[in-house]
Amino acid sequence: MDGSLFMIAITAALINNVVLSQFLGICSFLGVSKQIKNSASLGGAVIFVMAISSAVANLLYDYLLAPLGLEYLETIVFILVIAALVQMVEMFLKKTSPGIYQALGIYLPLITTNCAVLGVALTNVQNEYNLAQSVTAGVATAIGYTIAIVLLAGIRERINEEDLPAPFRGAPIVLLSAALMAIAFMGFGGLSF
Amino acid sequence: MKQCMERLYNGIVKENPCIILMLGMCPTLAVTTSAINGLGMGLSTLAVLIFSNLIISIMRNIIPDQVRLPAYIVIVATLVTIVDLLLQAYVPSIYSALGIYIPLIVVNCIILGRAEAYANKVPPMPAMFDGIGMGLGFTIALVVIGAAREILGSGTVFGTTVLPEFVEPIAIFGRAPGAFLVMAILVAILNGLGITTAANKKVEGCDGCCATCAKGCSNAGKEEN
Repeated sequence: MDGSLFMIAITAALINNVVLSQFLGICSFLGVSKQIKNSASLGGAVIFVMAISSAVANLLYDYLLAPLGLEYLETIVFILVIAALVQMVEMFLKKTSPGIYQALGIYLPLITTNCAVLGVALTNVQNEYNLAQSVTAGVATAIGYTIAIVLLAGIRERINEEDLPAPFRGAPIVLLSAALMAIAFMGFGGLSF
Repeated sequence: MKQCMERLYNGIVKENPCIILMLGMCPTLAVTTSAINGLGMGLSTLAVLIFSNLIISIMRNIIPDQVRLPAYIVIVATLVTIVDLLLQAYVPSIYSALGIYIPLIVVNCIILGRAEAYANKVPPMPAMFDGIGMGLGFTIALVVIGAAREILGSGTVFGTTVLPEFVEPIAIFGRAPGAFLVMAILVAILNGLGITTAANKKVEGCDGCCATCAKGCSNAGKEEN
């Protein structure tokens, strides 16, 4: 079963959750998780960008870098391509579908510096995934990210109404919530196929 | 010289990037499973930071303002690739322990943050010392967090056993949730002591996260269009 698309998807979304076990995209995970609505929109934007960027990164690596023996340039190429890609997606959406742009627009620039996007591209290369596997891994990782950030936003909306001890207000209680979520997600490690 | 010493103090204590500014949280949480991993990550970032600050400061009058961020990213990514290859060649154990987090130094907001906030405005000398100060501050924070997690999680520091036999280590501190727990407790202690961190200082539209860097990126992109 190893290498099948379903297996890759479950592993990327739940077992190796990008935020809670790989610690990628922590900045936006902590920064944009105040309200469920906003974090769901960010999650949507991340799914969109990761699907495109993992496809493009895979094609670039397989058909440009690997044949030319330039594998060591992957970091430079991927980060530039992702940055350019996000800009293009933003411009494209603005022109063609203002509705989606309204919903996701402000989150797109945030994603350029989201290390999860670069992380997925690099992990895909490391695992020697082909195009279909890369895109599956990208989308599943982004779904895992969305699950985590929406759950955290839900917890934070509740916590805001509680009376906390002063030193734990703000970041510490958010980090504690994330710790408990990470413990819960460790349970997915028991999944076997 | 006085300015250089001031930059070191600023980076290590006053504006410690990790603990006070809360930047670079991804590597902070991910690689601090042990003190030695924290040290490896800290020193790699230190090396990149010194040279990126130095190069960006030297080239500050050459790089056009509109395309400065892409230019910085290319400089930083080149340096990270060099560090990546050097580690692979000379310290393979650290290289395999840190894995994907070495290329991810590129998106560590400390580096672009320092380039934007300091290095592109000052001569090479203070810029370099700013890099050393910030890098050392980051390294010290990572080693402290790594050591704390290593003691709690496996009872050792740098591989040497420090806890007596009858104390059972709490394995979860070496795993993913332990990173969040230790960081939460650390920030809570700082809050309790009344030390201002980005976490409790309300900065408009920032939240002590990479959003600030990202905004810089988006604005730069818009100017181009």
